[in-house]
Amino acid sequence: MRRDLATADLREELPGIEPDRQLNDWGRSQRVEALFDGALGGFLYHYWFRVEVEGIENVPDRTGAVLAANHAGALPSDGLMVVKAVRESHPSRRSVHVTTDRVFRSVPGVGMVATKLGAVADHPANLQRLLFDESQLALVFPEGRSGPRKPINERYRLRRFDPGFVRAAGQAGAPIVPVAVVGSEESVPVLARLRPGARLPGPGPLRRLGRTLGLPVVPAVPLPAKYRIRFLEPVPPQDLASADAAEDLAQQIRALVQENLLEMVAARRSVWLG
Amino acid sequence: MSPEPSRRILITGLSSWWGGRLAQALEREPGVEAIVGIDTEDPRHELERTEFVRVDIKETFLRRIIVAAAIDTVLDTRLISDPLLASLDHVHRVNVEGTRNLLAACSGADSQVRKLVFKSSARYYGSSSDDPAFFSETLARTEPPQTRIERDIVAAEEAASEFAAARRGTTLTVVRCADVLGDDQRSSPLALLGLPVIPSLLGFDPRLQFIHEDDAIGALAHVTRHDLPGRYNAAADGVLALSEVASLLGKPVLPVLPPWGLGFAAGQLRRLGVRVPVELVRELRYGRGLDNRLLKASGFRYRYTTREAVIKLRARQRLRPLLRSGSESYRYEREVEEFLRWSPSVRTVRETARPAPDGDGDGGVDELGVTELIEIISSLEAPDLARLREYEAAHGAREAVLEALDRNLARRQSDNSDE
Repeated sequence: MRRDLATADLREELPGIEPDRQLNDWGRSQRVEALFDGALGGFLYHYWFRVEVEGIENVPDRTGAVLAANHAGALPSDGLMVVKAVRESHPSRRSVHVTTDRVFRSVPGVGMVATKLGAVADHPANLQRLLFDESQLALVFPEGRSGPRKPINERYRLRRFDPGFVRAAGQAGAPIVPVAVVGSEESVPVLARLRPGARLPGPGPLRRLGRTLGLPVVPAVPLPAKYRIRFLEPVPPQDLASADAAEDLAQQIRALVQENLLEMVAARRSVWLG
Repeated sequence: MSPEPSRRILITGLSSWWGGRLAQALEREPGVEAIVGIDTEDPRHELERTEFVRVDIKETFLRRIIVAAAIDTVLDTRLISDPLLASLDHVHRVNVEGTRNLLAACSGADSQVRKLVFKSSARYYGSSSDDPAFFSETLARTEPPQTRIERDIVAAEEAASEFAAARRGTTLTVVRCADVLGDDQRSSPLALLGLPVIPSLLGFDPRLQFIHEDDAIGALAHVTRHDLPGRYNAAADGVLALSEVASLLGKPVLPVLPPWGLGFAAGQLRRLGVRVPVELVRELRYGRGLDNRLLKASGFRYRYTTREAVIKLRARQRLRPLLRSGSESYRYEREVEEFLRWSPSVRTVRETARPAPDGDGDGGVDELGVTELIEIISSLEAPDLARLREYEAAHGAREAVLEALDRNLARRQSDNSDE
């Protein structure tokens, strides 16, 4: 019965699924997801953003994979739409876990709802468990905090990709699917930004959030821009020996997404009609 | 690696729930020659062959006991991880100073201790917003210890690691146990879940993980039985949200606690003498999940998932008002215990002769509690009842069970004769 613990494949020891539960061990709730989908998600996807999906066949059928997308705006509508796109148009209707900044966990309400909708804190151990142990899809925004920070006049110009996701994928042996999302920049444009570090009213965690992100000024309702989501050819998992190799691969993926974004933006005739 | 099994065992904290239950479990193992238990209070669990020494954790006494009894394995169950159980000063004395004394006693030149099992707590990892969703044994806590209890737990574990590193050939097994759901347990999460309405922090639904009492003791017995150096998380499968736990218990959750200023309020209340565990307040915000797979890979099988443990808790919470009066209480009397152990007039056959039910495997009828058995009995058919009656008469011979069996058998027979 006993095996060598150092080499044992712990994937065999994952807890079983208890059919009576509505939440999984990550705290994701089927009920809240269905509720959100019925109330808002479906409407946004089909009628408000009129999402068009290309290259869904590039998302693997069973194995774990990192979806690396560009990120814009303070509201995570692009994340929600990518999740919905995979669920709607992928033949296996896979669910995607979105990794979010750990700061959000400390904001009352926000962290709770995000967790129930499938958000996971961007801890390397979490990615390893999702990708390697559970063979799940994880959506990451490698621009990190600087993605949603860029103002409207710098739209679709990607910031540096943080190589953390490349390392996590390499460690887990998971491919990376670069994702280009057009429409998100116009739907939640950052019109202005309060100076980071400005003294803001409000209790502790909110102040901390404001300090780290710099409070953006965004429209209260996402504007109805036309969304296009393109899933690119997967980049196979690579054994990354050095930190430089990870950095290089991350910037290669960034260039790939940037190229496709510019092509998609050039091809569209209207921001709102597509 | 010391492949030799443990034969002569010292259990610290024998009078606590942990020590008492663990001693009961190990008494049934034929391979164990001697069990010595120490504590400062009388044991609360009925023990058959464990010898109890009432002693303070002082190095000189401990050293003499360890050497005289040729102890090869020390099971340290003293660690207090719950702030509700004792004052913080007492906790510090037990967790830090007590551990140091014990380790010093074990590391004497003439001590034969070659294995130390150290019961630790999941509170070692703390609870913060930067935590991973599942702590594995290799991950350190994400921020330095925030409260005194957490500091003490970390210090105690460090002392144990240093001891094992300094003494070659000693196996150190640390078991980090999640909060236990059990019968005669007292702990802050149990106190919280025992309230008619479960208060929660507005805007937070923490992920919680527990372990059933049988699994907690089973895990400690398992690492005692096998040679498993290293650190192991002991927590049941499944991490539940607080809202999920509450709905399983059939209680409403009321988000009455404000998300801010609660730590401050708890501090002020403590000044006034009202103890609100700061750890609990932190765990109500972020919760904690553990990766329990390493212990499973070592061959241990949990009998209950977290969900099942909570469902058992619900049954107990509902039955408690009915059972309170009938619960038999054990009182330790030194003279009686000594008579039973050593007098030549005592004729009972040593329990060890009986093959012990395998603590790792599936539980037999013997391991079912009386209430559980009686529940099952009413659903059985007549031939099964007769067989169970025979078995129970030969083995446990618990009166309440036999009575229930007889009653059911009589009813079945009268049913048959009616037809």
